[in-house]
Amino acid sequence: MTPLPAGHPPLHSAVAQLYSAAVYGVPVAHGLMLAWVLFIVGLIGVLVRRNLIFILMSVEIMLNAAGLAFIIAGSRWGQPDGQVMFIFILAMAAAEVSVGLALVLLFNRRFRTLDTDAANRMKG
Amino acid sequence: MANVFYISAAVALVSTMLVIVQRNVVHALLYLILSLLSVAVIFFDIGAPFVAALEIIIYAGAIMVLFVFVIMMLNLGAQSAEEERHWQTWGMWIGPAVLGAVLLADLVYMLAQGPPRGFFGNMGPVGPKQVGIALFGPYLIGVELASLLLLAGLIGAYHLGKPAKMAEAGKNRARERGGE
Amino acid sequence: MLQLLWLIPVLPFAGFLILALFGGRMRKSAVAAVGVGSVGLAALVSLVVAAGFLLSAQNPSARVYTQYIWTWINIGAFKPGIFLYLDALSLVMVLVVTVVGFFIHLYSAQFMEESEGYGRFFAYMNLFVGSMLILVLSGNLLLLYLGWEGVGLCSYLLIGFWYKEPENGSAAIKAFVVTRVGDTALAIGLFLIFLNLGSLDIQTLMGTAALKWRIGGELPTLAAALILGGAVGKSAQLPLQTWLPDAMAGPTPVSALIHAATMVTAGVYLIARTHVLFSMAPRVELAVGIIGAATLLISSMSALVQHDIKRVLAYSTISQIGYMFLALGVGAWSAAIFHLVTHAFFKALLFLGAGAVIAGFGGEHDMFKMGGVRKQSPFVFWTFLAGACSLSALPLVTAGFYSKGMILFGAWQSRQAGFWLWAAGLTGAFLTSIYTFRMVFITFFGEARTAMAKKPDIREAVPLVVLAFLAVVGGFIGLPRFLGIRSLSITGFLSAVLPSSAQMEGQKETELLLETVASIISLAGIYVAYFFWLSAPEYSREIAQSRAGKTIRRFLFSGWGFDWLYGKLFVAPYKWVARVSRNDVIDVAYSFIAGVNRFFHYGLSMTQTGRVRFYAAAIALGAAVTITIAVLAR
Repeated sequence: MTPLPAGHPPLHSAVAQLYSAAVYGVPVAHGLMLAWVLFIVGLIGVLVRRNLIFILMSVEIMLNAAGLAFIIAGSRWGQPDGQVMFIFILAMAAAEVSVGLALVLLFNRRFRTLDTDAANRMKG
Repeated sequence: MANVFYISAAVALVSTMLVIVQRNVVHALLYLILSLLSVAVIFFDIGAPFVAALEIIIYAGAIMVLFVFVIMMLNLGAQSAEEERHWQTWGMWIGPAVLGAVLLADLVYMLAQGPPRGFFGNMGPVGPKQVGIALFGPYLIGVELASLLLLAGLIGAYHLGKPAKMAEAGKNRARERGGE
Repeated sequence: MLQLLWLIPVLPFAGFLILALFGGRMRKSAVAAVGVGSVGLAALVSLVVAAGFLLSAQNPSARVYTQYIWTWINIGAFKPGIFLYLDALSLVMVLVVTVVGFFIHLYSAQFMEESEGYGRFFAYMNLFVGSMLILVLSGNLLLLYLGWEGVGLCSYLLIGFWYKEPENGSAAIKAFVVTRVGDTALAIGLFLIFLNLGSLDIQTLMGTAALKWRIGGELPTLAAALILGGAVGKSAQLPLQTWLPDAMAGPTPVSALIHAATMVTAGVYLIARTHVLFSMAPRVELAVGIIGAATLLISSMSALVQHDIKRVLAYSTISQIGYMFLALGVGAWSAAIFHLVTHAFFKALLFLGAGAVIAGFGGEHDMFKMGGVRKQSPFVFWTFLAGACSLSALPLVTAGFYSKGMILFGAWQSRQAGFWLWAAGLTGAFLTSIYTFRMVFITFFGEARTAMAKKPDIREAVPLVVLAFLAVVGGFIGLPRFLGIRSLSITGFLSAVLPSSAQMEGQKETELLLETVASIISLAGIYVAYFFWLSAPEYSREIAQSRAGKTIRRFLFSGWGFDWLYGKLFVAPYKWVARVSRNDVIDVAYSFIAGVNRFFHYGLSMTQTGRVRFYAAAIALGAAVTITIAVLAR
């Protein structure tokens, strides 16, 4: 059992104690780095793929990574705000995916393909 | 446990990378679900059990099912994978990879410079009760806005996803009106 | 009955709208009915209103009737209301404008029948009358300015009515541009007044001015001078008189309308309307008198040598307006308005008569090619003669005699340079009767050089007769006091609006003496004209042929060379600038800006590939750069 850091609030239950002991030792930096890497992977997906569905999935990855960063930050301070933000992101992602997938259907109907570059008529 | 975090993180990373390199959409989707599940494990591990459950139910459940439905409706298959092979060339990865590397270097450099320090997850779990109190207390306006957003998404998806005939008819009407 | 007031300006505007929208498709008789009828109805309504005005109160002269219509805009303290303001002065003006305007319209119904653009003509004429009515009925300087500009616009449209001749177009432009100089001064004056008095409502601002400003101070002087600038432009006084002779390019009824009923009287009306400001600025008031005197001398001399019958009348108008300015300058406000009224009668008559003569000779303007009209068309001769007598102030029987006498008396009594102004006025009267009867003798007497082809019909005859009647009896509303008849007095009627200056209460004997002198002068002028152009024309020819005579003649003929001077001073430099900038010197700077814009446009539009992934990459790149900078700058 590792000692608590200074200024830590007293632990209430055995479960909490178990938790604390279990995860103690993962620095915030590692968590943020994970979120960041996931985000960048999603970003690369958006940039590289031409298939609309892959792009949408990559966007989901990015959103999820952002939510992960929120959760980690919230967990660092033991506050619910990070989770609240995650729920908002979730709602946003749901709305985005529903509209986005409807657009995919429309796109496929119109262009008979899922290649985004097929729809480059709006150019300067 | 710290080990759980690192193992899940590794799984999430690998599966996510596999998502974006797949040719077959359904395979990619399965990898994405795997990635989401591993992130859910991390959530549970660091003391956010409520959102871990939400992640599984809504993300890995509902949203991914939406994807599956759309893929089904589009009837994508081997032909689409063949197409992908033509589209994906190795050169395409260079630019985005460099960009990502720069961003990653930024992050590492930033973390090396100073805060955030400290550890996460050692404050104990934040249960659904606290989340609910926060959600319907100070964040109530956000909840309302989110409901509006979902409604807008609903209407938008309904409008865009109308059967082709109806959409065509609407377009014709618009053309007639515009032609006058 | 006074509630009908709003109809007076609205009727001509309605006529204008109808004619402007449908005039091209209407038959000529319908056009005439609308065009003449609208102004005729307005005249009727104004007679009704006048009756109501005179009967409604114990002391009608002091009565004021305000008809509020709506608030124009409402910004803080600035609430210019659109309301019609009727007092004795506006009533007189409304009557003159509508009644004389109606007869001119009636006359035009025949006169313009042959000309193309019949509907257009009446539309403009109606708009002209409507604008003038707005001008005289407005209780607010801003609304007055609207009417003022409307009048200017219509003068442009009508002078250039026969726009297919380039000279007519340039005459119209000249009239517009020259009056614009005065209008600009007036606009600045309005700004100044509003800035310092906080109101453009005429009655309010005159009250405030009397409280806030001291007599002879800088601000009232400046304000009055700027208003005078506007009046000088519109009323064709020195130094902005050059547009009026050229304005003869328009059809003759237009000249009659401009000279008699509408445009040129606007300046006189404006000064009379804001007379409190002028009373507070004695130097400007004196300037008004001097401008009037100088104008009347200069233009009556120019009138002496003109060939074109309409140009004689044009110069005559300038000089008669000069008389009005002279009266305004010496504080004889009501005399000025009186002369305005009588002048409207006889000048409209003269123009319409001249129009009949010109039409009779098939569009010939040169008097020396006419002659003998007296025998060929006695009707035109007698009516024209009535106008000419009134213009040259034939004693006792003509309207012009009484109004001019009142002005001369006012000038004599004036404290500021009274004698000199009086002398100038008297000289002007002498010249007036010379040039008037020169015109009469040359045109109507002697041998008929050409036969008259066309005689006026009933629509032309009625206005001539009525105006001739008015030109003779119109003076009885302002009889001099030594005659002892005080029944009807325009001075008394206007006294509440335009307080007769103390000087007007002079000796009856003086007045009698002055009137006698004026009568003698006028008769002498007629005799001189008779001698030189009827009894012994060889003398006049001899003088004209002599070396000095030729030079003077050319000088006077050109209107004292003002056109030449302005041409050198303003037009030539302007043309030079125009020629220089034809190559778009200044445009180089602007096209440089445009070129830079175009360069960036092409550069940026190349980035618009239409590929979503490209845009996403651009966003990501921007984010990466921003974050890198932020990180490194820590």
